[in-house]
Amino acid sequence: MPEISKFRPLIAAWAALALPACNVSAAAHAASRGQDFARIQRGRYLAVAADCNACHEDPYDGKPFAGGMAIETPFGSVLAPNITPDRDTGIGGWSEAQFEAAVRRGRRPDGKRLYPAMPFPYFVKMSPDDVAAIRAYLATIEPVRHAVKADQLPFPFSVRASMLLWDALYFADAPFAPDPTKSAPWNRGAYLVQGPAHCGACHTPKTALGGDKTASALQGYRIQGWFAPNLTNDRHNGLGDWSEADIVKYLETGHNRFDAASGPMADEVKNSSSLMSPSDLSAMALYLKDQTGRATAAQRIDPKDPRMVAGGAIYDDLCASCHKADGTGVPNLIPDLAASAAVASPEPTTVIRVMLEGANSVATKAEPTGPAMPTFGWQLTDAQIAAVGTYIRNSWTHASPAVTERQVHEARRMLAADRAAVGP
Amino acid sequence: MTDVRRRDLLTGTAFVLMGTRAARAGIVAGSLPWAPEAGSPPTPVKQGPWLFFTAAEVATMEALADRIIPPDPETPGGRQAGCAVFLDRQLAGPYGQAEGLYDQPPFEKGTKTQGPQSSATPAELYRTALAALDQYARSQGASAWATLSAEHQDAALSGLENGTIPLQGLDAQAFFATLVKDVKEGFFADPLYGGNRDMCAWKMIGYPGAHYDYRDWVGRHNERYPHPPVSIMGRPGWTPKT
Amino acid sequence: MAKKLPAKDVVIVGLGWTGSILAQELTDEGLDVVAVERGPWRNTATDYPPNYSQDELRYRIRHELFLRPAQTTFTFRNKMDQTALPIRSWGAFMPPNGVGGGGVHWNAETWRFLPSDFVVRTHLTRRYGARFLPADMTIQDWGITYEELEPHYDRFEYLCGTSGTAGNLAGRIQEGGNPFEGPRSRPYPNPAQQQPFSHALFAKGARELGYKPFPQPSGNMSQAYVNPLGVRLGPCTYCGFCEWFGCGNYSKSSPQTTILPVLVRKSNFLVRDESEVVRINTDASGKRATGVTFVDTSGEEFEQPADLVILSAYTLFNVQLLLLSGIGTPYDPVANKGVIGRNFTHQTISDVESFFDGSKFIFNPFIASGSIGMCIDEFNGDNFDHGPYGFVGGGYVGQVQTNGRPIETTPVPPGTPGWGAKWKQAVKDSYLSALKPGTGVHGSMYSYRDVYLDLDPQYRDRFSRPLVRITMDFHDNEIKQNAFLTDKFAEIFHAMGARQVVKKYRKAPYDITEYQTTHLCGGAIMGTDPKTSAVNRYSQSWDVPNLFVLGASNFPQNAGYNPTGTLAALAFWSAAAIRERYLKNPGPLVHA
Repeated sequence: MPEISKFRPLIAAWAALALPACNVSAAAHAASRGQDFARIQRGRYLAVAADCNACHEDPYDGKPFAGGMAIETPFGSVLAPNITPDRDTGIGGWSEAQFEAAVRRGRRPDGKRLYPAMPFPYFVKMSPDDVAAIRAYLATIEPVRHAVKADQLPFPFSVRASMLLWDALYFADAPFAPDPTKSAPWNRGAYLVQGPAHCGACHTPKTALGGDKTASALQGYRIQGWFAPNLTNDRHNGLGDWSEADIVKYLETGHNRFDAASGPMADEVKNSSSLMSPSDLSAMALYLKDQTGRATAAQRIDPKDPRMVAGGAIYDDLCASCHKADGTGVPNLIPDLAASAAVASPEPTTVIRVMLEGANSVATKAEPTGPAMPTFGWQLTDAQIAAVGTYIRNSWTHASPAVTERQVHEARRMLAADRAAVGP
Repeated sequence: MTDVRRRDLLTGTAFVLMGTRAARAGIVAGSLPWAPEAGSPPTPVKQGPWLFFTAAEVATMEALADRIIPPDPETPGGRQAGCAVFLDRQLAGPYGQAEGLYDQPPFEKGTKTQGPQSSATPAELYRTALAALDQYARSQGASAWATLSAEHQDAALSGLENGTIPLQGLDAQAFFATLVKDVKEGFFADPLYGGNRDMCAWKMIGYPGAHYDYRDWVGRHNERYPHPPVSIMGRPGWTPKT
Repeated sequence: MAKKLPAKDVVIVGLGWTGSILAQELTDEGLDVVAVERGPWRNTATDYPPNYSQDELRYRIRHELFLRPAQTTFTFRNKMDQTALPIRSWGAFMPPNGVGGGGVHWNAETWRFLPSDFVVRTHLTRRYGARFLPADMTIQDWGITYEELEPHYDRFEYLCGTSGTAGNLAGRIQEGGNPFEGPRSRPYPNPAQQQPFSHALFAKGARELGYKPFPQPSGNMSQAYVNPLGVRLGPCTYCGFCEWFGCGNYSKSSPQTTILPVLVRKSNFLVRDESEVVRINTDASGKRATGVTFVDTSGEEFEQPADLVILSAYTLFNVQLLLLSGIGTPYDPVANKGVIGRNFTHQTISDVESFFDGSKFIFNPFIASGSIGMCIDEFNGDNFDHGPYGFVGGGYVGQVQTNGRPIETTPVPPGTPGWGAKWKQAVKDSYLSALKPGTGVHGSMYSYRDVYLDLDPQYRDRFSRPLVRITMDFHDNEIKQNAFLTDKFAEIFHAMGARQVVKKYRKAPYDITEYQTTHLCGGAIMGTDPKTSAVNRYSQSWDVPNLFVLGASNFPQNAGYNPTGTLAALAFWSAAAIRERYLKNPGPLVHA
């Protein structure tokens, strides 16, 4: 049995809801009638942009949209349902209206509220017509008979009524409203980022209940052992150094002159953004470059600090042969640490993780190389990982809080538990 | 870490084990295999009990290491550099068992150009030879090899080298060549293998060790490289001074 | 009972350079291709990352990346009347193993052969007369010309991002390049690498003696590069861990860093690793290959049917599989008949060690790349008049020192004991100021009637298959050639200001314990006559037209260069013939 990619469940995982798979309504199976080629193609494209299959793929035999993948959430694991048109175990019996209600508003066909779900707070921004197009596309794929056991979330999320409160706090039932003062491409970018692409699902900070802190949209968030970096134009922590073209190249190929997509973002690039149209990627880049963040630079750590001295020694001996002494790496091959948002982020989850277990960058048609970083966890102590982490976060133009031994220790513990959970 | 274990780690969306039996062979297709922590990094030698040598053999081996590479005021000799520890761990491991070498009979003595044809593993060779050295020492009126004077040991080693002193049960000249090769390997190999303690051999000659980037230096001709050596497991400068 | 797998269009035996090139070309043609590789899958970060690949004991001394003799080896003898004995541990050459083959741990010296090398018998006979050649020398023309191969050399160099300085651009001699090379259609894709001190000093000494030194063509990147397939390589960091080692930072051309990332993405390609092909299957007529049989590491046997079989293993294993599969007539040196095993060659390597005044010279020998170095080509091939010297062939000579790794590269002056206090002091005094190029004299080895491969009558591998038996010795021609080249080489070190120069001549008999190179050639050679060659000019078997045999086993004799550039160019040439002609009309591409 192939191992399940451990990244995939993380794509939209901050507080995913499982759609119940068994409560099929008696509504007629209508969507496959009167097929419209253009509409179905649009739906297919949107399903890619929304990366539906990232969660809904059957993890055991790879059947698209057949469900069964365990989605980790801060509150426990849920299984993603089968969304193929199978009438008994999928959504073949749903009406268009039922589908739209589930996707955009988190309501089940039986009228009940859904658990904190697949990201309907984002998908609500999609137009009903786009959601209908996705539905039209899903009606054309092969029905797979695959019964997925409903989720079992812990209290209080096991009480569906508690979701009423959650909705009231974090859910606004309103489609995307274009900003008339902005250009059409800007609005298209905003629609994609806020809606189908649901970037904020990972990149927006969350409240204790897993709702978005909308005031800090896209300013970076730690999820499932990764830090999804700040996507705003913030020069210290975000993408301030990146041009629109840099963002487009990154989303399209997984690589650009600064960075390489690895971890959950590698899967996103591979399965979603690398398959999106250049004009949509440009629109998203235009929108992201217009998002201002808080330019919060930390106090830069003194280069004479013992952690910086040791970190610099390790860097010169171990890291410079790829990333160069000045941190700049090799464009499109080895990430530029001096310009990396992940390196400079307020907290070092990704930096620690990548050093401990290595990282594999995404390979795409346009950038097929797929270079990987080796693991250093066997070689460096917690104090040494902390030192070199502190060094790269406070060298060149960076000024970020030091990495502590304790953080490294915790990361090792978390990764070991993660591996034990995934199994051999 | 064995190769098999490495393969266990190499999983990816497209890497599947073939069949349901204990096949290790795999199919690679679709993407380059990778998994977190994939690799087969070395396991550094731990100081501690001897794994191969007996106490008597240790005494002989350390004496030999110090004659092949004698200490001097600036650089330790073979013993202090850990060459005996190195060899102990090597002989206890795959090298000692001649693992991976062709071991099918018949073992015939060929010409020199046909290469070694002995059926003895290095572990067997050392076991026999170290005992024979003690026996030689007793024939010289000493209790054991290590109690011979340095001068006496040097003279005897020269005899082994040039074939004038035979040892019982083995080709003394061939053993001596192996011994010198092995001790030098311990002296110069990465300290993670137990020899070259504190990178003393690398410091002696000015070799920077595991450093992997000389782009800044390739164009600096006839200048002494100033940076300290580094082992795969690091150097003192890697540890923050608290 | 072999488990029969679904048929494929193409099965490739061995996924090194030539196998990867053929796989890439034939999958581009839309064919369904499977590669069966004896060794493991390998890649940079997972198998030779830059934080432990620089381990001299593990990789150089214990041969981590190479085939294990226990898995299979060869027997060896110098003369036909001797009993061959098994090579129990590697010495004179190092058989590769695993995906990428020798391309993982080569030095990446990426040479072209001279135009005259491809027509060597015709050329030498015309210039010196037939009687100038020893009677038992069996050199022959390749059946292909440099001009035909040039576009394919070019493709390989651009695939690899070879760093170098052109010496002959479309017939115009270029300053700073090799003036003796054949005309090239365009410059190298990357400028030459930087040269460390000793290599630059060698060039200066050579110029003072009137030679035209040039940088060795290098598959180590002088700068970041993206190849025509879109695969990226980084800049070489001159770490000094190249040959015997994998490159940890994507800066050495290898199948992994140039082809495989694109190849594995294709839905019409897959690799079965840790699976050793034991036989090429043929139909009842023996004129058509039906596929291969392989055994995986669990011992299970599989049959892989295919319409086209590409045999692209290492030289000796190509020959072994042909012999064991009964394809082609085994060579008989007594009758001088048959082809499989014929014209087996290696290389004629020697070295010069030189010792300089340590108070004036600091060479930092650890700063190097695999194909670093400055060379001269005045004494290669037939670039000089051999008339007065009584031998043919030649080689490049150069300061091509790749490392200062201390187990291997701690030369001591002549007269120093091999151990003890004097040895220790000499190592200390000499390390930074001594030079040991390693393979400084890189001479040709021509073919002879009594140097050949066949199956050993006694020793067997783990499948109870006979081992390949090597019968090889140096002949006077090569010994004379080597003495001449070594003397010329040594003069340059004197000109550089060495205090002592030690010439390490290559001498007979050929010794299987002394490493030369891994450039074994021949045994399944190409040519124009099925009576004296195993394959035609497209590397297609004369006997089984749906079998192509690739690699240096095709070389009728070995030239004075590293073989990879030429064997890779031949692979592109062969792939083009398959794509453009064979697939349209499967059958012999040359009618004998």
